[in-house]
Amino acid sequence: MAKVLMKGNEAIAEAAILAGCRFFFGYPITPQNQIPEYMSKRMPKVGGCFLQAESEVSAINMVYGAAGAGARVMTSSSSPGISLKQEGISYAVGAELPLVVVNMVRGGPGLGSIQPAQSDYFQATRGGGHGDYRLICFAPANVQEAVDLMGKAFDLADQYRNPVMMLGDGMLGQIMEPVEMPQPRKEALPAKKWAAGQPGRSERAIINSLYIDPAACEEHNNDLTKKYKVIEENEVMVENIDTEGADIIVVAYGTMARVCMRAAREAKEKLGLKVGIVRPITVWPYPYKAVYEAAVQPSVKAVVSIEMSCGQMVDDVRIAVNGAKPVSFYGRTGGVVPTVKDILNYLSGIKEGK
Amino acid sequence: MASVKFNEEMCKGCGLCVTFCPKQILRMAPVRINAKGYHPAECIDLEKCIGCASCARMCPDVVITVER
Amino acid sequence: MAVVFQKTSMLTDAPFHYCPGCTHGIIHRLVAEVLDELGVGETAIGVAPVGCAVFAYNYFNCDMMEAAHGRAPACATGAKRVHPDKVVFTYQGDGDLASIGAAEIVHAAARGEKITTIFVNNAIYGMTGGQMAPTSLPGQITTTSPYGRNTEVCGFPVNMSEMLSQLNGPAYIERVSVHDVKNVVRAKQAIKKAFQAQIDGKGFSMVEVLSTCPTNWGMTPQEALKWLEENMIPQFPLGVYKEV
Repeated sequence: MAKVLMKGNEAIAEAAILAGCRFFFGYPITPQNQIPEYMSKRMPKVGGCFLQAESEVSAINMVYGAAGAGARVMTSSSSPGISLKQEGISYAVGAELPLVVVNMVRGGPGLGSIQPAQSDYFQATRGGGHGDYRLICFAPANVQEAVDLMGKAFDLADQYRNPVMMLGDGMLGQIMEPVEMPQPRKEALPAKKWAAGQPGRSERAIINSLYIDPAACEEHNNDLTKKYKVIEENEVMVENIDTEGADIIVVAYGTMARVCMRAAREAKEKLGLKVGIVRPITVWPYPYKAVYEAAVQPSVKAVVSIEMSCGQMVDDVRIAVNGAKPVSFYGRTGGVVPTVKDILNYLSGIKEGK
Repeated sequence: MASVKFNEEMCKGCGLCVTFCPKQILRMAPVRINAKGYHPAECIDLEKCIGCASCARMCPDVVITVER
Repeated sequence: MAVVFQKTSMLTDAPFHYCPGCTHGIIHRLVAEVLDELGVGETAIGVAPVGCAVFAYNYFNCDMMEAAHGRAPACATGAKRVHPDKVVFTYQGDGDLASIGAAEIVHAAARGEKITTIFVNNAIYGMTGGQMAPTSLPGQITTTSPYGRNTEVCGFPVNMSEMLSQLNGPAYIERVSVHDVKNVVRAKQAIKKAFQAQIDGKGFSMVEVLSTCPTNWGMTPQEALKWLEENMIPQFPLGVYKEV
């Protein structure tokens, strides 16, 4: 299939439709508006449903209802809107509902800015709402990768009966890139006999997250934890870029990883510094093993987490490295993306032992 | 001829059936208690029952079956 | 002898957890009987609220979802859009519907969402122990209005049926009560009309049912019915507010 030039938000929306998603409930917020706009155009053409809700809170609860009724369903938003959706996401986790949430992160806290940021990392990787839970969380670095991961996001949501988050940022949403769209899903969507309104079932369906007996609630949590263990063992995705024999290991994801890739090339040319990059593609489950193995190579002097935040993923990098090598952080935030020059300055400082 | 039957174990002893019985033939059992610890409703003069089902319609716990 | 009255199979065998004399049980029965009589019970999807009726999914013998506080209309919207051929209903209390879920109910109604809402108004938060509700009456004593609801400080009761009837989306809105046999019979007729409006594809329908909370009102069940009749009905007049 030939490549087409598409905006990230639109490409993600189309990829969701190609993956069999036929229900979208959303609410406008910059910088993700092209997702609901695209869905409003396309869904009626493919026999699907687009509905603009009265709020993000309502949108995620519509998603909850549709997922509970057995549909392949998604919503999208950006940071302040994602905060509002946390209630519904927590309930969906509790009721074990498969759904996909796209977060095109912008600067925070509060209303913040509308420019790209990675400051929702804690929220995305630690659950986000109340209760003990995790979301499978993809952090694509370009439009093609986002498109390729959309189908997988829905499939894993179904497989594990857990919400999945696509963690992008304003850059990924707004950038236009050539992209090859996948073939439309041909196979039937998985049957969901546990869902409401499904045929061929002996018992009635109950979609619920309430376990009033503490022992039952603990057991439910233990079951969720077991599920998360399986996900941790099977679903980690990571890319290693020139990490073998590197002097410095940079850990970066999403848009930030792209800037770091260019910086790594220039570091070699201009500073004679061999910079390897570990790029988590899933930020939960986190590629602790890959980060550790890259870090403990004898050649490696330092490990740096580079982020569009005040330092959030660096906590995971420290957990991964576990004291084996010095770990530091560089980042800018609030919608400011570190430039190649910013990163080179920081790396040369490390080289000089600052 | 009518009959009114109480699923006694479901009764919470609220007495709404007694209040709304037009023939005043229901009461809360004065001594007997059910497993929930309530004095359940009972009919003291079935002969007078007209099978109107007022008791059943006001019962919040769907305790009562009425035949006529 | 013929059976005049028996428990409908649309209610499960689970005993209601409601307090003695609480009229939630009557309203549950009416909804279940209507679903059965309309022949839609087997395929209906119900949405339970947060509040006293949080366990409604244990009682209605059909597919059920438990929604977050106030979000039942949004949840029902999602389910209805997936299954437009099935009857979808919410069962919500006054705190759930008229306070935290005010946005969800207003917009579900405005969209003419083809769902039916059973709105149980007992002028208090029952489950959490008797706090002031959006529908508490002026002067009503609750655990968070211990000196009586002071309208200078916390405003006035919200009349949801009147409010929602101003919108174009609703097809049927009626307020009923269950304080005596006659009104219970009327309440059932209203619930049936509301579900029929959904089945006919006319739009959103809601029945507001005035209900008691003997425990948190601090009354016997009999006193509570009388209090409802004498105090709630003047604030919340019964009747059909919208019929398309």
